[in-house]
Amino acid sequence: MLSNSTLGQYFPGNSIIHRLDPRFKLLLTFVGIVLVFVAGNFFSLFAVVALVVLAMGLSGIPLRQYLKSLKAIIVLVLFTAVLNLFYGHGEVLWQFWIFQITTGGISNAFFIAIRVISLILFSAVLTYTTSPTQLTDALERVMKPLKVFHIRVHEIAMMMTIALRFVPTLLEETDKIMSAQKARGADMESGGAIQRMKALIPVLIPLFVSSFRRAYDLATAMECRCYRGGEGRTKMKSLHATVLDYRAVAIIVLFAAAVVACNLLLPARLM
Amino acid sequence: MDYLQTADVRFAYEAEEGVTPREVLCGVTLGIRKGEFVALLGHNGSGKSTIAKHFNAMLLPSGGKVYADGMDTMDESLKYEIRRRVGLVLQNPDNQLVASIVEEDVAFGPENLGVPPEEIRERVEEALKAVEMFGHRLDAPYKLSGGQKQRIAIAGILAMKPDCIVLDEPTAMLDPRGREEVLQTITRLNREQGITVVLITHYMDEAVRAGRVVVMDSGRVLLDGTPREVFSHVELLKKHELDVPQATELAHRLKAMGCSLPEGVLDEEECVAALELLLGG
Repeated sequence: MLSNSTLGQYFPGNSIIHRLDPRFKLLLTFVGIVLVFVAGNFFSLFAVVALVVLAMGLSGIPLRQYLKSLKAIIVLVLFTAVLNLFYGHGEVLWQFWIFQITTGGISNAFFIAIRVISLILFSAVLTYTTSPTQLTDALERVMKPLKVFHIRVHEIAMMMTIALRFVPTLLEETDKIMSAQKARGADMESGGAIQRMKALIPVLIPLFVSSFRRAYDLATAMECRCYRGGEGRTKMKSLHATVLDYRAVAIIVLFAAAVVACNLLLPARLM
Repeated sequence: MDYLQTADVRFAYEAEEGVTPREVLCGVTLGIRKGEFVALLGHNGSGKSTIAKHFNAMLLPSGGKVYADGMDTMDESLKYEIRRRVGLVLQNPDNQLVASIVEEDVAFGPENLGVPPEEIRERVEEALKAVEMFGHRLDAPYKLSGGQKQRIAIAGILAMKPDCIVLDEPTAMLDPRGREEVLQTITRLNREQGITVVLITHYMDEAVRAGRVVVMDSGRVLLDGTPREVFSHVELLKKHELDVPQATELAHRLKAMGCSLPEGVLDEEECVAALELLLGG
């Protein structure tokens, strides 16, 4: 019941997007997200959407999976969209007490909804096509300059890898503990919010205790496999940029230019 | 000197202040030769897991010496060389996998050793083929069965090219099928690649498959010999609250009742043969 979320799920494959250097993918995704916020009118937003659709198409992952990633945030999108309906100026279409819907409000609502959806889809392309290890590897490389400030980049990346690795394991365990407590008569479904939170305590405590045991075991296993921090470590999947990466950069630069040009040359958003 | 050699090893876990620490190992002297398949038996608290962690310098003796391939485990500078040569596989397969993709997990060991990338690839491929999990190299560990996960853990050790693998109750958390998979894998590694195997277990039926059985009790070596020799001491093993394989137990009881059965029956086949001889004759 808990394990069907697609958050941070990786689909192995061999598409163009899969083959991009994860460092570039990380940076390009970041640029993409910045573009989402830079886009000031519907024309530039259209360019951003075109970019997302292009990336999704090239990733070779079925559209169904992307829709699944949106399912989790659909409530948030609707909520912000509805809220935005009532803000904005322009021709009044409908009025009730202090609430009024204007043409500007409708355009605002659409704009925000498209923005949030593009945002989620950008990050979905990244996490669907990049294994967690590649992702943390890339982060480690990108953050390397921070070592100057005595930030332990390798350790942070390793912690992230382990955290991601143990998410499904701990979800499974939570399920098991909940069933075990239910079998002993624990009631987790009825009562108010506070009562339900209290009912979770007998689930969280065993989960916590077992996590410590797991951590101890894992540390032993890592030491047995000669782990001694980032010094002198090599990588099986060493990262190096290819022609593909530079082409991707060129494409992103073009799209960025398009977004900026639309912002400057074409009229601002309909209000 | 043997490949793994302990000389009068004593060890006590640190206790709270004011409490005298209880010795878990009280003078263990044991030699394991290169290429051997040794089963280490003993009930809980006999010190069998503690001695396993001494073989690869995870624990250091408070008295006596441990040598792995002639290297003293007390020598800090040799620690990682010892751990590369003597791999340790733990009980819970879930807790010893580091990465979210099988092949990346197997690569963890050689990556730590600083092996060049192309060679890591080769080693990972080889190790996964040796445990018959190559087809699962891109899967996520949590989607695999317990037996498969444990084989991945073994592959992770194999990728470091060890001489010896110590397995600390690797089958304790597995179903019968997973147990069989793991046992077949380690038996094959021992026979085909000449890897020294130390299998710590409390399943007597697993111990029978080894070339040599060492029984530990209260921090000491109680018995040491071939499975046949060891399991002929049925009374002694029982006195120390240890079991013998079921077939051995049956033959032993029948003998006590006056049937003339041969000494040292180990498995079902031998038992059936002996009973046929008895009933037919």
